Formats: sequence, C-alpha cells, structure tokens
Amino acid sequence: MSSIQLTAKIENMEMLVQSVSSIAGNLGFTAKRIREIELAVEEALVNIINYAYPDGEGDIKVTCTREDSRALVIEIEDTGVAFDLMSLKEPDISADISERQVGGLGIFLIRKLMNEVKYRRKHNRNVLTLVAYPSDRT
Amino acid sequence: MEIIKSGKENNLLVVKVTGRMDAVTAPEFEKQLTGWIDEGEIIFVIDFSALEYISSAGLRSILVIAKKLKSLNGKILLANMEESVNEVFEISGFNSIIPVFDTVQTAIRHGMAS
Repeated sequence: MSSIQLTAKIENMEMLVQSVSSIAGNLGFTAKRIREIELAVEEALVNIINYAYPDGEGDIKVTCTREDSRALVIEIEDTGVAFDLMSLKEPDISADISERQVGGLGIFLIRKLMNEVKYRRKHNRNVLTLVAYPSDRT
Repeated sequence: MEIIKSGKENNLLVVKVTGRMDAVTAPEFEKQLTGWIDEGEIIFVIDFSALEYISSAGLRSILVIAKKLKSLNGKILLANMEESVNEVFEISGFNSIIPVFDTVQTAIRHGMAS
C-alpha cells in the first residue's frame, strides 16, 4: 500500500497523478492503460481542487493498494463539501458543437475508463474508489 | 506542453501541440489560439502527432476554440492523433463534433477547400 497526501491545489495535481502512474507502471500495466488511469485520477482530482473547498484550503489523500494480485485500487479522499460524483447526470455526448456543454465530461470519462467506481461518505470525508484492471477497459 | 506554429498555407495556420494537455496546460492552449484568432487567423490545422495525453480540460479548451471559430466562420481541424488521445475523443463523442484527419496534409486539403 502506498499513500500520498497534499494540499488540494492545481500545482500538486501532477505529483498526485504521477504517484499513481508509477505504481501502475511497477505493477506492469500497459502504457495505454496507465494513460487511462492518469486521466481518471486527474478528472477526480480536478473536481476536488475546484469544488471541495470553497471557503479555504484542504487536503487530498491518494492511496493505492493492489487487490487480488491483479487490480489496482485507488482511493481518493478529501474532507471537503459532501459530493457524490456518481450522482451526476451523464453529459449529452451526441450534441453538436453549438449545443455541446462544456462541463460534466470528466466524470463521464472516469466511469468509462475505470472497471469500478464507488463513492462513500465516511466520517466527514468523501472517499472515491477507482478500480482498474491491467488490460484495457473492455 | 509546447505549442509551435509549424506552417502557414494561404489563410490556414498549422500548429503542432506536443506533450500533455491537462488541467494545468490546457488554458495555455486556449490563450495561445485565442491570441492568433485575435490577430485574424480563423482556420487552424492542429498536428497532434506528438500529443501524448489529453484530459477533459484539454477537450474543453478545444471546444471553446471551436465555438469561437464557428461564430467567425472559421474552423479547427485536428490531425494525426495518437491512439490513446483518439480513444478519449471517441469515448467523449468529440470526434463527431470536431473534424479529425489521419494526416496533416489531408486536414490542410479540407481546410483550404472551404
């Protein structure tokens, strides 16, 4: 298990993302799968950085564990505003260029790229769990 | 991420973007292209052959530019996307709203034809 905790700031995003991708690399995930994991983690982090702490600063904690020798389990925690990202409506991805909305895509990508996505509220913390298997999402 | 003006064909600007378009770097892309639009450029071919990674922040900045160009009767055409970048475009449905071409040359041809 490995864990990293940093202030929820955009400047820290890269370090948090890289902490996950280096673990995925060590576990032998393909380069393509690592990009997908990086993407899902970035989307989750950006969401926290932008919305979790409207009145000040707080932390993000990212913990990686390996489950049943195959899956990488990534837990992303914050102590900010309660927010269940899974409750959001999916964006209309068939809308044309004028109608197309700018938001909501990040969460959609997380759901498409990860094998499992779970949210729970635990002692004033938002805990988002992403589970990724080594091969591609299909 | 690097943004390089890599060619000019008549009224069309070819721009090469390399590295990662993420939440940190995507605003730079938007700012740079907006600058060129303000200088009068309205047809862009973006060479993505060396783009390794794109997140929703990158998609969002491309969408903002595409909307801006549409209102000016201009356009943005993307070319030469790497597999994992292409995958993000497919999943998000962006390849049906922004024209994507296999090569820069094909994109240039389409850009000049309009």
